[in-house]
Amino acid sequence: MTPETLFQIQRAEQQRAAGLKDRILCCTVAGCLSGGAAAVRRAIEHEVEQQGRGAEIEVSGTGCMGLCCEGPLVRSSAADAIYTNVTPADAGAIVSGAATVYLARRTVKPDHPFYAGQHRLILANSGHTDPERITDYIAEGGYQSLLRAATEMTPDEIIAEVRRSGLRGRGGAGYPAGLKWELVARQRAPVKYVVCNADEGDPGAFMNRSVLEGDPHRVLEGMAIAGRAVGAQQGYIYARGESPLAIARLRTALEQARREGLSGDRIFESGFNFRIDLRIGAGAYVCGEETALLASIEGKRGQPIPRPPYPPERGLWNAPTLINNVETFANIPTIIEKGGAWFSSIGSPSSPGTKVFALAGRVVRAGLVEVPIGTPLRSILYDFGGGVPAGYEFKAAQTGGPAGGCIPAAYLDLPMDYDSLQKIGAIMGSGGLIVMDTSSCMVDIARFFMEFCRDESCGKCIPCRAGTVQMHEILARITRGEGAEADFGMLEELSGLLRSASLCGLGIAAPNPVLSTLRHFRGEYEAHVREHRCPAGHCRMKEGGQVGNLPHQATGVNLL
Amino acid sequence: MSGGVIREPEKLLENTMARHHYAGDALIEILHAAQQLYGYLSAPMLKQIARKLRLPPSRVLGVATFYHLFRFVPAAQHTASVCLGTACYAEGAADLANILRKRGWAVDTPRCAGSCGLAPLVVCDGTALSRVTPAQLEKRLEDAYDSRNTIPDTAG
Repeated sequence: MTPETLFQIQRAEQQRAAGLKDRILCCTVAGCLSGGAAAVRRAIEHEVEQQGRGAEIEVSGTGCMGLCCEGPLVRSSAADAIYTNVTPADAGAIVSGAATVYLARRTVKPDHPFYAGQHRLILANSGHTDPERITDYIAEGGYQSLLRAATEMTPDEIIAEVRRSGLRGRGGAGYPAGLKWELVARQRAPVKYVVCNADEGDPGAFMNRSVLEGDPHRVLEGMAIAGRAVGAQQGYIYARGESPLAIARLRTALEQARREGLSGDRIFESGFNFRIDLRIGAGAYVCGEETALLASIEGKRGQPIPRPPYPPERGLWNAPTLINNVETFANIPTIIEKGGAWFSSIGSPSSPGTKVFALAGRVVRAGLVEVPIGTPLRSILYDFGGGVPAGYEFKAAQTGGPAGGCIPAAYLDLPMDYDSLQKIGAIMGSGGLIVMDTSSCMVDIARFFMEFCRDESCGKCIPCRAGTVQMHEILARITRGEGAEADFGMLEELSGLLRSASLCGLGIAAPNPVLSTLRHFRGEYEAHVREHRCPAGHCRMKEGGQVGNLPHQATGVNLL
Repeated sequence: MSGGVIREPEKLLENTMARHHYAGDALIEILHAAQQLYGYLSAPMLKQIARKLRLPPSRVLGVATFYHLFRFVPAAQHTASVCLGTACYAEGAADLANILRKRGWAVDTPRCAGSCGLAPLVVCDGTALSRVTPAQLEKRLEDAYDSRNTIPDTAG
C-alpha cells in the first residue's frame, strides 16, 4: 500500500458512511454474544431486508461498548443512542428508528453517567467500528501513525515521543515503556523481536480481550511502530487460548493487514519490514510472566527462567526482545498521532494516560470503563458503576487478581494509580476490579486466589510450588473453622518466604491477597479462628461452629 | 485450509505441520490443531507428532501435559463449562458446578471466561446461561435433559 492509497481508502470510506441513513452496530464481543447478540444481529439484518432499506442502513458487528451487564447492546448512529438488553423482537423498532420512543427505558445516550465521564482513547473505536473490517479502522485515521513512523520519523524520534508521553507498561508492573524501548533499541543484534503479551489470565479481567475483539488493528499498528523504533522485523502476539473470539478477530486482522501490505515487506514503500505472527497459549496462567511467555512461543513448557538477563537483552531465541502488554501497544498510535506531550497531560503526572478497568462483581453496572489514571475508586464505582445495588453494602474492591490486593471502604477516595495502590498493598495490575459486598468472606477470597496460584504454579521453584500448597491448606483450614492462633504467624512467615525466594512474579505476588486481607480485615480471620464464626455468613464451619451471625436468607447470600 | 474436497483429519494435521515447516517451536500450535481434529490427544498421536517434528517424545508429552487446555481422553458427551473467575465465584458458581457434576456432566472450570458482567456464567453443551441461580440451572436441566440424573442418548 502506498501512502496515497491509505488516504484514498479513508476518504472513500468516509463518503460511503456519510451516504448512509443509519448504521446499526451490534456488539459481537464475548459478553454480549453469550447473551444472545448473534440472534439479535440476524433479526436486525432480516428486518432491514424486509423493509427494503439495505441501501441506506448498514448493519455490522462492533466491539465492546462497555455496558456488558446490560447486553446485548445495539448502537444506532442516527439516533446516537445505545439500546440495552435487546432481543430479536426489538429489531423492527430499531430499524424503523422508532426505538428511541418504544425502547425509551432501555435507551442509553452519550450523556449517560456511564459514558459521560469516560475518556476513551484505547476504546475510542470500540463500539463504533466493525473490528472485522480494516477499512473501518482506516476511516478513523488508522495506520496513519504507522505511516508517519515508517516514513517521516527516525527510530530515535519515535522513542523520544514515547518517553515524552510518560506511558507506563499496562501489564501491571508499570515499567516506563519508553525506557524499555530504548533498552531494546540500543542492543546491537542482527535479529530482534517485538512481542505482545495478550495472555490476560487474571480471573475477573477482560480488558485486553475486549481490545483485541473490538479494535485489533490498533494493537497491530502499535506493534509495528514499536518494531520500527527498536529495529525489529518480526512480531509475535501471544494470545490466550481461552479467548477464541479474540483469536479469530486477530487472525482476520492479520490477514487483512498482510493483504493491504501493512504487515510484511516494505511497508508504505519505505525500507521498513515488519511481520506479525500469532501464537496461541494453551491455558497456563504463568505464561503471562515474560520469560515463561517466551518459552511458550518457542514451543516449550511455559516455565520462567531467572532474570537478568532481561528480555530486552536476551529474550526470544536469545535475541533482544521487546515485550509489552496489549493495552500498552494500543496506546502507541494515539501517542504518535497526538504527541507525547498531549498524552502526558492526561491522567496523573506520575502515571499519564488512561486505564481500562473491567468492573465486575456487586455493582449496578458491570462492564468496561476507560478513565484517566488517578480517577478515585469512588468515582469509578459510583459514577460509572452506579454503586452497589440497593440492599447490599460495599465491603472491598479487589484489584490485580491473584497478584493483587483489596481496597477497603476507608480508601474509596484513593486515586487509582500505580503508586497510590502500591502504598496500601494493592496493585493496579492489568485492570480487573471486582466489587465485593458484606456477604463476601475475605478469608475465603484469599483462599480462592491461593488455590488459583497453587493450581497455576509451574512447579519449577520450590518456594512457589510447595509454599502455595501450604498456604492454601492453612487458609482452607481457617475457612472450615479449624484454624489455630499459630496460623497467623505461619501465614506471614510463608508469605515472606514466597516473596523473597520465588523465581518469578507468580510466586512473588501469590501472598499479596493474603497479606492485603490480613492487613485490612484481620478481624475476619480472628473471628474464624477464635470464634469459629464467619462474619460474612459465607463459610461453612465444622460441627460445633456456627454459620455467620445473620440468618442465611437475610443476607441474600446464595453461596455454597 | 486444505484445498481438496477430502478433509480427513490426518491430512489436515499433516497440512498444519507442513505449514509450520515441521518446526519444533510450532509444537503448541500443532497440538492445538490435533486436538481440534480428533477431540483429544492420544498416546500414539503424541508419538507421531514427536516423530514428525523430530522432537523427543518426552518433550512432546511434557509440553502437552503442562498446559490445561490439552485433553488426553475423549470429551464426555455432555460437557459444561462453569466459569470460576473471581466475579463468578463470588456469585456462587461453585454451587452450579456441583449441581452439574452430581448429574454426571463433565464439568470444566475455566478461570474466568471474561464475561464478568454476566456472572455467574455457565455454558452447557455450548449454550451460555448467564446470571444463573442454582434453582434456574436445576430447572433448565430438568426441562432440557432427562430428569433421572442420567444423560440422555440424544444426538448433539
